[in-house]
Amino acid sequence: MDIGQVFTLTITQAFGVTALIYLFAAIGLNIQFGYTGLLNFGQVAFVAAGAYAVGVIVLTFDLSLWLSIVVALITSTLLALLLGIPTLRLRADYLAIVTIAASELLRLLVRSIAFKDVFGGAQGLNGKLGQEFHDLNPLPVDFTLPLLSWSRQDLWVVIVGWCLALLFTLFVWGLVRSPWGRVVKGIREDEDAVVSLGKNVFVYKLQALIIGGGIAAFGGILWAVAKQSVQPDTFQPDFTFFVFTILLLGGAARVFGPIVGTVIFWFLLAGFGEVLSSLINNGYIAFLTPTDVGSIRFMLMGLGLMLLMIFRPQGIFGDRRELALDAR
Amino acid sequence: MLRRVRLALGVLLLATLAFLVSGGLSPAHAAQTSITGTLTTPAGVAVSGVVVTATGPDGVSASGTSDEKGVFVVPLTAGGTYTVEIDVSTLPEGITLNNEADASRSLLVLGGEKRIIIGLSEGGESGIVADDSGTAERVIQLFLDGVLYGLVIALGAVGLNLVFGTTGLTNFSHGELLTLGAFTALAFNTAGLNIVIAAPIAIVFSAFVFGWGQNRILWRPLRRRKTGLIAAMIVSIGLAIFLRYALVLFFGGAPQSYKQFAGQSGIALGPFNTTPKALILGALAVLALAATVIWLQRSRIGKATRAVSDNPALASATGIDVERVISVVWIIGAGLAAFAGIYLGLTQNTVWNMGQRILLVLFAAVILGGLGTIYGAIVGAMVVGIFIQMTTLFIPTEMKTVGALFLMILILLVRPQGLLGRKERVG
Repeated sequence: MDIGQVFTLTITQAFGVTALIYLFAAIGLNIQFGYTGLLNFGQVAFVAAGAYAVGVIVLTFDLSLWLSIVVALITSTLLALLLGIPTLRLRADYLAIVTIAASELLRLLVRSIAFKDVFGGAQGLNGKLGQEFHDLNPLPVDFTLPLLSWSRQDLWVVIVGWCLALLFTLFVWGLVRSPWGRVVKGIREDEDAVVSLGKNVFVYKLQALIIGGGIAAFGGILWAVAKQSVQPDTFQPDFTFFVFTILLLGGAARVFGPIVGTVIFWFLLAGFGEVLSSLINNGYIAFLTPTDVGSIRFMLMGLGLMLLMIFRPQGIFGDRRELALDAR
Repeated sequence: MLRRVRLALGVLLLATLAFLVSGGLSPAHAAQTSITGTLTTPAGVAVSGVVVTATGPDGVSASGTSDEKGVFVVPLTAGGTYTVEIDVSTLPEGITLNNEADASRSLLVLGGEKRIIIGLSEGGESGIVADDSGTAERVIQLFLDGVLYGLVIALGAVGLNLVFGTTGLTNFSHGELLTLGAFTALAFNTAGLNIVIAAPIAIVFSAFVFGWGQNRILWRPLRRRKTGLIAAMIVSIGLAIFLRYALVLFFGGAPQSYKQFAGQSGIALGPFNTTPKALILGALAVLALAATVIWLQRSRIGKATRAVSDNPALASATGIDVERVISVVWIIGAGLAAFAGIYLGLTQNTVWNMGQRILLVLFAAVILGGLGTIYGAIVGAMVVGIFIQMTTLFIPTEMKTVGALFLMILILLVRPQGLLGRKERVG
């Protein structure tokens, strides 16, 4: 077993493009769930909205990538309004069910044959989605990193992605220290108390949903640009639950929770996958085949989510006092 | 600390139990990952030269062309969710797809050889009876299909709603109770038992192991720890993910059928086409649901269940053993869910995510009837089942679930407490 190679691959994934996509979704979810206490089980819909905005604007309508970013934000805002208005007045479990249902509803719509001309059906939209972005790549053409196995194109995405992620983290840091942040934390802890102070709780919740959704949409934009492909079946509800796992791992309602969670989550997941694969390939584990690694990884993820929620709901670095998960 | 250890052990035990049912480790072994299949006309003549393309998660695509025996192989480099498309323009003249939706489908490939079935028809002759009946007949057909589908949903929804009513848990792993029931029956069936014998054994097994056992090992300790409802909801999601992929690991990702009654030929009852197995299952479902309702109305523990649903604290104060009621509710809920799973397994097939796919429909039914109202689940299920089938008159079949989910959101807008729910604060 080549330990060096396993380590390199693991680090590449822990900070890579896929990790970044989850990171954006987690930063958004942190505002919604961590700070405001909204049980949004449909975060994947916002990511899909971002990705499809790029796909549809660039491929279907042949317009600029930069325009599609604006469209992505408009789409995610509309989605937040559509989801929020009927459900934000309801109890948390209703919100959970409706958001997960809405995310599935959207996935079924975009993959349907009826809208194949716009959204590309089950195959999605594949092509030169991020050309304008990749044209700006300042890295030399024959640039390769020592150790890490990112291509020139991926490295450019990763650099820009992490800069954006840090910017959003800074934004969240400022936001939760503002009066607005105090109100939403108040809503999470005791909604009735905030109502009695004369605040319009509904509007604050809707704002949290919109802001968090907008940040998650950037994950979708990144997805489309980096992978040059938008496919409906990658936006399954499980995506949202992995984002929840990430957030709970790093600590919900902590500014750096999403970043810490994402890196640890992908480090563990990728590291475990690589180690197990190489053990199997070298014949140390005879009763498994390489194809089983995927299932075992998912099983551990589910088990991890359960155990985290039972034993350490505040996450690794979280503060239990900060998150009274069950005020209601 | 001891209790924590016990809880963790309990979770593991539950997992182990799930595996034992499978009859040991039997992951599918194969060398080359590929999607393969054979294309033939209804008459059995091989169809060659048809291009099948699979597009993977990263946009990488591979394709294969059917040879003179009609066999096509699409070689893949890695597992994942693939979109498999059939280039309809490469089909010979006069040959068409039975089902237009077959032209593009999504497929989970975990490795090894993944076989897919593509139905072809030649000229007017088709594997599926052409739908040339009038609208009135179609309405009746869809209505009765809807009733049968509603019964399956009701079987699943009753348990979901009973558990919610008595413990407040919104159980996102309830779908997996259906799947586990179906796979337990599959395991017994594979071991050599006829499905007629395997099914009742699987239902009882599921009721006690996956229902009573799950409550005992996981949920009761969590209630004792005073774990909040939202935390419990997230725990149930983790459990659902864990169970789903455990099933993939031990049974593989491909759909499987029971050995008996897999391809039963249809019968016509007046304008209504169905299969005998669907009718028998439907009748059994009605019996099971009626028994549940009578049990809730008449028996002591049934009355106690309704009391706990109404107000657990008050019920407990009047001397009702709430924990005992919850145990019984889990047994009944899991048993009915296992029946629903086997029902789906017999009429369609068993696949690792069958429960996940129906879970949102169950929620739609439960919300429509009123979350926590016991009879609401049955009423909601029938409405949703009939609604889903009837909407295919107006919208494409592939989008029928969209209608049900949309209905659920609409109900929340105008009557959040559901059809049978009492008007109370739900916000």
